Amino acid sequence: MEFGSINPVLLVASLMVASTPILLAAIGELIAEKSGVLNLGVEGMMIVGAVTGFIVAVQTGSPFLGFVAAAAGAAVLAFLFAVLVLFFLSNQVATGLGLTLFGLGISALMGQGYVGIRPPASPRWDFFGLSELPVVGPILFNQHPLVYLSLILVAATWYVLRSTRMGLVLRAVGESHDAAHALGYSVHGTRIAAILFGGACAGLGGAFLSLVIVPQWTDGMTAGRGWIALAIVVFASWRPWRVLLGAYLFGGVTVLQLNLQAAGIAIPVELLSMSPYLITILVLVIISSDRNRAALNAPASLGRAFHASH
Amino acid sequence: MGWRQRQPNLFMTQSTALRLTGLSKRFGSVVANDDVSLTLEKGEVLALLGENGAGKTTLMNMLFGHYLPDSGTVEVADENGTLHPLPLGHPQAALAAGVGMVHQHFALAENINALDNITLGSEPLRSFRRNRNRAKTKIEGIIERSGLSAPLNVPVGRLSVGERQRVEILKALYRDARILVLDEPTAVLTPQEADTLFDNIKAMTKDGLSVIFISHKLREVLAFSDRIAVLRHGKKVGEMATADADEKVIARMMVGADTPKVARTEMAPGAPVLKLSNVSVEGRAKRDTLKSVNLTVNAHEILGIAGISGNGQSGLANVISGLAQPSAGTITVDEQDVPKPSPGTMVKAGIGRIPEDRHHEGIVGAMSVAENMVIERLDDPAIQSRGLLKRDAIQANAEKLAKAYDVRGPGVTAASRLLSGGNIQKLILARVFERSPRLILANQPTRGLDMGAAAEVGRRLLEARERGAGVVLISEDLDEILGLADRIVVIRDGNLVEAISHDREQIGLIMAGEPA
Repeated sequence: MEFGSINPVLLVASLMVASTPILLAAIGELIAEKSGVLNLGVEGMMIVGAVTGFIVAVQTGSPFLGFVAAAAGAAVLAFLFAVLVLFFLSNQVATGLGLTLFGLGISALMGQGYVGIRPPASPRWDFFGLSELPVVGPILFNQHPLVYLSLILVAATWYVLRSTRMGLVLRAVGESHDAAHALGYSVHGTRIAAILFGGACAGLGGAFLSLVIVPQWTDGMTAGRGWIALAIVVFASWRPWRVLLGAYLFGGVTVLQLNLQAAGIAIPVELLSMSPYLITILVLVIISSDRNRAALNAPASLGRAFHASH
Repeated sequence: MGWRQRQPNLFMTQSTALRLTGLSKRFGSVVANDDVSLTLEKGEVLALLGENGAGKTTLMNMLFGHYLPDSGTVEVADENGTLHPLPLGHPQAALAAGVGMVHQHFALAENINALDNITLGSEPLRSFRRNRNRAKTKIEGIIERSGLSAPLNVPVGRLSVGERQRVEILKALYRDARILVLDEPTAVLTPQEADTLFDNIKAMTKDGLSVIFISHKLREVLAFSDRIAVLRHGKKVGEMATADADEKVIARMMVGADTPKVARTEMAPGAPVLKLSNVSVEGRAKRDTLKSVNLTVNAHEILGIAGISGNGQSGLANVISGLAQPSAGTITVDEQDVPKPSPGTMVKAGIGRIPEDRHHEGIVGAMSVAENMVIERLDDPAIQSRGLLKRDAIQANAEKLAKAYDVRGPGVTAASRLLSGGNIQKLILARVFERSPRLILANQPTRGLDMGAAAEVGRRLLEARERGAGVVLISEDLDEILGLADRIVVIRDGNLVEAISHDREQIGLIMAGEPA
């Protein structure tokens, strides 16, 4: 066993890359859940984003257009969910599960001719040579633009929820839709916006996987990352910075176990492969159980149907 | 009120029917009952008084075996008048010993007729055939002696609230209750129905029934009880014969201080603030249905809406606050038509809303007190600019209002659900009155509040009236309306009938649907 072959700087740099899909999906779901909507279709929206982004990037040769299409494609799926849940008052849990199954199926159909193709490579920003700096260079100044975007989104989410009018209304709708409605705010408008935002984020996350991390299209390539994103939101008790922690923990263990596999450590590969899921859940459970307040932090109207007339 | 000077039944040998000794109960760190002792004589009507949270219901639940006391004993007399200790925490034992309890919320199966509801649960399990005739004879006997009449062959779902309550009492008497506990029995009754109920109770005490009733209404307590016991903060703070009591003494005992009497000055009404013309609302239930009503509220005026609960009060409140769309008719605020009412347009039109369900429609419980205080005026540039909240201004505003309106709790940054009911109401009052609304819709504004907080609500409403606002006061408490309103309209079955005077009898008759 040669742990010396594992380069800590590269490890950190690549964990940020590996975490980004989950971080994006989780921050989108956090916004949706803060508005009181439980969308279990994250996995489905991610994979639809992955395949849409992949197809458009390959067809146009532009990874940028690919990402735009991924966000839009997943948002279309999210819109379907919004209509079913908000206007036809269908059960959120069942509809979300259906959305995931639908997304997995349609993505396989759409991606049939694209298996084994390499997508166009995305440019990296290197900040005028700052990426050549030792240690901080590869970590801070040589990442994909979406990595920066995801971090900005975390900070923006925290700020918007805490300090803006929009955030206050969003929280009011999620905590008590009856009160928000009676106070004169649009429950449906707020929730549609939140669901679409959640869908777009999940789509971006999926496309980051198929265009940057792998980069290739294979059926079911999200491999449960959408579910992990959902779990992270809950265990992070709906706090943006804890979502970041959870996502990076998952990414960190993923990269580490890949390195350990490469280093030929004498642990069964299957055990290593499951370790990111296991460790992320364990750590977040411990964090969220240290005070009994965590359970109270769930938006009070989460998962409940809203009907305007009394 | 000829009951006031009534003497205890002298022909009945006085013997103790029930004795509670040193009962205490804690829930976590909250002491619900602290060393409460109480006796009930045979044939006596005892009124148990106290503010919300004083521990009345907890005490009765210990008597009935729903709660296990931390300490203390309950003794119940058998038919011969000998006291036996009651095994605690067993409702079945309480039932067998002859304790019957009628809860505030009835426990009746709606699709089953009254007769079966009464006999349900007291049928022997093993016998194959039910002896319905014997049961019926027994119930008819009870009805004859007590005067508690209810149709026995009709599904309970079709009975009126008063009839259902009588069915509940019959159920207890059918099981040979010798001690009857009534938890706020008149909350859902018209004044006339309440009087009849107490007449019936009186008739039954002649047969040796002993009654404890819980109430907030001082008037009926003074009129119909023999003795009064007052609880405050879980302790018994006073006990007296009703003949020696008056409203002031009891109120002081309940609150622990004198309650300020709300002073009301006559005032000439101003221009109309709100007009409903032939407004109908098609609700899903009777409580939110309105049938082509006309209503005018003027500035400098409190309009009281009296009525038994569930007669369209919700429909009226919803249409004024924009929550319900009228199916016909027009709404005018400040002589301006409101073509498409919604909560947002009504708030902007200047309507301040004190909702009936303050916990769910009044505040967002998870958000802080400070945030709840500004949530109706987020467009105000003092609160935000270009979408960014001015957190310091919000904080300062909250501290100022909390002081002015005496909102007490763990602080303005704490979640608003941590406040008590009275303080939540004060928070809502602060938010509503700070906007100086043209019209205030107060729907059951003092329900569940203690006397001090209720007096504060009344004072604020009168203050708003003086300032020039119109107030719609919807309340099931007729005394509150009589005390505050300039004009009184009775709501019944979705219709509005204006009462000519502040006459309790006349209003009661309109509430019951009889021609005045």
